Formats: sequence, C-alpha cells, structure tokens
Amino acid sequence: MEAKEHATVASAGYSSGAVVLNGYHDNLAAKPVREPLVLGNKTIHQITEDICGIAEQKATPKFWAAFLVSLLVTAAGVGALAYTIGVGIGVWGLNNTVGWGWDITNFVFWVGIGHAGTLISAILFLFRQKWRTAINRSAEAMTIFAVINAAIFVLTHTGRPWFDYWLLPYPNQMKMWVNFRSPLEWDVFAVSTYFTISLLFWFTGLVPDLATLRNRAKTKIAKAAYTIFSLGWTGSTRNWHHYEFAYLIFAGLSTPLVLSVHSIVSFDFAVSILPGWHTTIFPPYFVAGAIFSGFAMVLTLMLVAREVLDLHDYITLKHIDNMNKILLATGMMVGYAYAMEFFIAWYSGNPYERFVFINRATGDYAWSYWAMITCNVISPQFFWSAKLRRNVWFTFVLSIFVNIGMWFERFTIISTSLHHGYLPSSWQYYTPTWVEITIFIGTFGLFMTFFLLFAKYLPIIAIAEVKSIMPGAQPSHHHHEDEKHTEHSEYTEQHVEANNVQAQRR
Amino acid sequence: MPALEKGDVIAVMGDFKDPNRLISAAKSIHAAGYTKFDIYTPYPVHGLEKAMGVPKTSLPKFALAGGLFGLLCAFALQYWTGAIEYKLNIGGKPLFAPQFGVPVFFELTVLCTGLTVFFVMFGYLNRLPNWHSKYQYDEGFQAATDDNFCVVLEANDPRFTVENAQELLRRLGADNVRVVHETIEQD
Repeated sequence: MEAKEHATVASAGYSSGAVVLNGYHDNLAAKPVREPLVLGNKTIHQITEDICGIAEQKATPKFWAAFLVSLLVTAAGVGALAYTIGVGIGVWGLNNTVGWGWDITNFVFWVGIGHAGTLISAILFLFRQKWRTAINRSAEAMTIFAVINAAIFVLTHTGRPWFDYWLLPYPNQMKMWVNFRSPLEWDVFAVSTYFTISLLFWFTGLVPDLATLRNRAKTKIAKAAYTIFSLGWTGSTRNWHHYEFAYLIFAGLSTPLVLSVHSIVSFDFAVSILPGWHTTIFPPYFVAGAIFSGFAMVLTLMLVAREVLDLHDYITLKHIDNMNKILLATGMMVGYAYAMEFFIAWYSGNPYERFVFINRATGDYAWSYWAMITCNVISPQFFWSAKLRRNVWFTFVLSIFVNIGMWFERFTIISTSLHHGYLPSSWQYYTPTWVEITIFIGTFGLFMTFFLLFAKYLPIIAIAEVKSIMPGAQPSHHHHEDEKHTEHSEYTEQHVEANNVQAQRR
Repeated sequence: MPALEKGDVIAVMGDFKDPNRLISAAKSIHAAGYTKFDIYTPYPVHGLEKAMGVPKTSLPKFALAGGLFGLLCAFALQYWTGAIEYKLNIGGKPLFAPQFGVPVFFELTVLCTGLTVFFVMFGYLNRLPNWHSKYQYDEGFQAATDDNFCVVLEANDPRFTVENAQELLRRLGADNVRVVHETIEQD
C-alpha cells in the first residue's frame, strides 16, 4: 500500500497540486462558518502558480502603455524639479508671508500615505489580523515609494538641495553642528529612520518569496536577479526560526516608529507658536489622518491591481470591507480632531486662535476647508452600510475622495495659519505656480512607475505568508483527537526506539 | 550548462505534505538522536522548530544590544555636540536637555535595533547570502519553496547510515525517500 502511495506522488510530480489541504471542510463543519481569506479552495501550489504567474508572464501592451504614461508624467515632474533647482524656489508661488505651500503640504501628504503600509505590516501583525497577508506586501511597497516622494519635496524645499547634507550631524571644517532643539532636525532622523526600517522590513519579507521565484525562473536574467536578491534562501526551518523572530522584532519596532514619525512631523507645526498650529492635539490627530489617507491610497491602488492582475481570490470583499471599517474609524477620529480644534479655539479664550479658526471656515481658504470637511468627515459616513463597504466601485470613488480630502487637510492647516498671521499688514494670499503643480503631478507619475515595476517583477502578494494562513497549512492543535494521527505517531515511536537500539549497537 | 557528475552520498531526503505528520516526524527524528538534519518548508510551520529541538534563537539579545548602542549614540551625539563642542545659545534654551533629546533617542534606538536585527539574522545566524547549496539540484528540495516539506538527514550526522536514514524516513511516512549524492559541476 505504501508503494502505491509512493507511485502516485512520483507520477504526479511535486507540483501536481493533487494534495488538497485536508481538514478544510471538517473545520468548516465543526466551527462557526467564517469567511475564508482566500477564495477558490486553493492548494498551496496554486498560490505559488497564481502569484508567481503575475511576475512570470510577459508584460502586456496594457502594462507598457501604463508604464509609458507614468514615465512621461514623471519626466514632466523631473523637468519642473530641474527648473526649480536651476533657477531657485522663487519660481514657486511662495511669498514672504506664506513660506510653506505645496512643498510641505505634499511632503506631509506623501509621508502620511506611507503610514498605512506600516500599520498593515506591523500593527495588524501584532494584533494577529490574518487578513493583512493579502495586502501587506503592496502596502509596504507603497510606503517606500511614498516616502521617496516625500523626501523629494522636503529636500528641494530647502532651496539649495546640493547642501542638504548640512542636515546631517557630521564633523566639518566649519566646526558647526546641527541644532537638536529644532523639530526640523528631529524630522531628519524620523523620516530617514522610517525609510530605512520600512525598506529592511519589506526586503526581509520578500526574501522567501524571491527564493520561490528563483526556483521557478526560466530566463537567465530572471534567475540571476532572483538568485542574488533571495540571498540563497532555502526554507530551512532553522532559518525560519531566526527569521520569524526578526519579523516579530521588526513589527515591534515599526509600531511605535510609525506613530512617532507623524507625531514628529506634526511637531514641525505644533512646536511653533503660530495660532492653529500650536496645539497638543496635533500628534494623535496627524497619526489618525495619516492612517486614514494611507488606507484610502491602499484601497485606490489595490482595487485597480485586483482588477488588472485578477487578484479577486486573494483580495476579497472581506478585505475591502475590513479596510473600509478602518477608513470609517480613522475618518471619525479625524472628524473629532477637527471639532475639538474649533472647541479649544473658542474655549481657550485666545482671540488669535479664535480668529484663525473662524478664518479657516469663512476666510479666503474656506473652499479648501469645506472640501476637507466634505471629503474626510462626511464621505466616510457612507461606510456604516455593510452593502456599500462591499461595493467595489463605490469604495474606489470614495477612496479617491478621501485622498483629495486629506491633501486639503494639510493644505488648509499650512496656508490658513500662515497667510493671516499676527501682523495684518503682511497678510497675503498664496497660489501655487505651474511649477509646483507639475512637480506634484510628477510625483504621482513616479509613484505609479515604481508601483508598476514592483507589480511586474516582484511577488505582489506575500506568498509565504498567505500560504501559512491557509486552512490546513498549519498543524492542528488538537491533532491527538484525530485518530489517524494518534495511530500514526504511536506507530512511529515504536520504530524510533528500534532505530535507537540499532544505533547504539553500532 | 556544465556537465554534472555524481559524488559521495550527502543526505537522505524524504517529502511530506501534511503538517501534522511532519511535526510528529520531526519529533521522532529528534528523539532518534539525529542532530544534523533540517526540514525545508515553503512557509514557517508552527511548532516545527520545537519538535526538531532547535534551540531558541539568540536574536533578541543582539537586538537589545543594538538598541542600547543606538540610544547611547543618540545621547552622546546630542550631549557632546550641543553642550560641549558647539555651544550655541538659541532663545535661551538649555544646551542639552533630555526632553528635547527624546525624538532622536527614540529614532536612533529603533534604527540601530533594526539594522542589527537585519544583519545578524541574515548574515550571522542564517549565514546568508550563500548562493550555493549542495542540495540545490534535488527536485524535492527545490519544491520546498513551493509546496513541499522536505526532510533532509545529513550524511555528516554521527548516527547516519544510508540504510537507517532511509528506513526511518519511510517509517515516519515520508514520500519519495531518496539517497542524494553530491553533484560535481565539471566545466
């Protein structure tokens, strides 16, 4: 009988997919039915096929078209950026009163986008939210690309970006050191640490999946590239043991890190003494906003990727539902913060504070304020409805609304506090020039370029992680209740003893 | 493609598909006294390293050391540059105070911990990158990054004999038990 079993395995080969994970249906019968995280009753091998298949198929004309458009948009942004660096930031619309405009708005916007990736990869990991495995890889990739975009703005807004290394504490002939009392210096450390840790975390997660791609690669270049970057990963349990612990530590590090980054970004404002900025609510308010905007961006991208790459079995309506719930929760936190800011402006009795807030809602930038309220506070309320949370088109449109709203939030905070400061004689209105607008659009091009390359050449879904959460993929906890296994282990223990005796005799 | 030639026996391998059987097999192999063996899996199987008797990882100790190093660096950097080397009075603020040092303390602690964990885990504990494995020509071993649990009893284990190893794996219910020879590439 053993020989017969043997023969079927041998003839079917390793990747037959013939071994359907057992116990799946039994589990469903025994436990209350929960929506499966991966649809289509897939075998482990099918997961490999599905996800590696995306990276292995030839790039379609559609892909090249999208890639070309992204590249052109990037080129426009690079052109505007080169113009800025060549001529100076005088080509932007900034004036003496409003010294931060679209540059810092976009910086905060992009850093915020990144936060969802870290939340999904780290915080949901610590909370053992298994559904994260479908989206964590792409959300982490998004984090990295978003932080690159954020860095572009913050590095060029200095005016002379070729001196940006002055931001770093290094011994120099001027015998000068950076000022650690400034929140702008904290930002340097926060953003660069955030980028480094996100990159390491992402790469660590990629290694086993790159090894999977390596072992399947057909072309020479693909084989070489996947070989180098998979570091020679074999799947050894002795390696997995260290690896899993490292993953846990990374998650533990990233969780406070992601909260710290946007807190420190908010210090850029809160530590100043400008009305509308100088508030203690800023750190949690910014963090909630960052997660809100980040999830919106994850949804926007994932819904497109889900359609284009046919990931319906992996990114299911349950995932979209869950993400929409987070959108609703963080949207309400943001809404609460808006209300609380107004309350404190009144309650503090500070006339300057009160003026700034009344001016926000009724002044020159009221259009921006109400765009923010509409998109961020009103629109997520639709997600109280379970039906709408599971409506793909509705979610897609709403996620774009939130993206827009969160951009306006940063713009409102920055421009309203600056344009009407303490000195009425210097009040001024700010509008961006085509240069700023082109750079901003260009960063979307860069973001899409990176994302398309990622989706084409790397496993867009964490293969090993999805496999590990499949029903029946892990040993069952009650396996002594299972008759077959009990028999089996008794059977083997006898033989192990015999084997031991034999070994001792030798 | 260079010609491949068979060398000495380097291992006996067997495949599993069921994680429950795999766990009990790992326990049995460990109980039988094998030390030089490994199980290659496409994803981490819960409890497998315990069943195999793999000692607990020392990574947290390195992580702690890395973190403390980062914290110390952050303190030294801010204190020495601000209060000793370059005393600059800005609005009468103290030259150094732990309060304003907190963000950089935190960031450098996290940064150094992360870098330490990354390099120690891959480079020191797992000995990677290592772009050649002597088992890499075995199909079942390769399939361990797909859907196969590949148990490898290494020939350099003091208890290893080809017959015993094969017998043990067969008894434990492994499929496709096979003797694996060294592959020598000839140019």
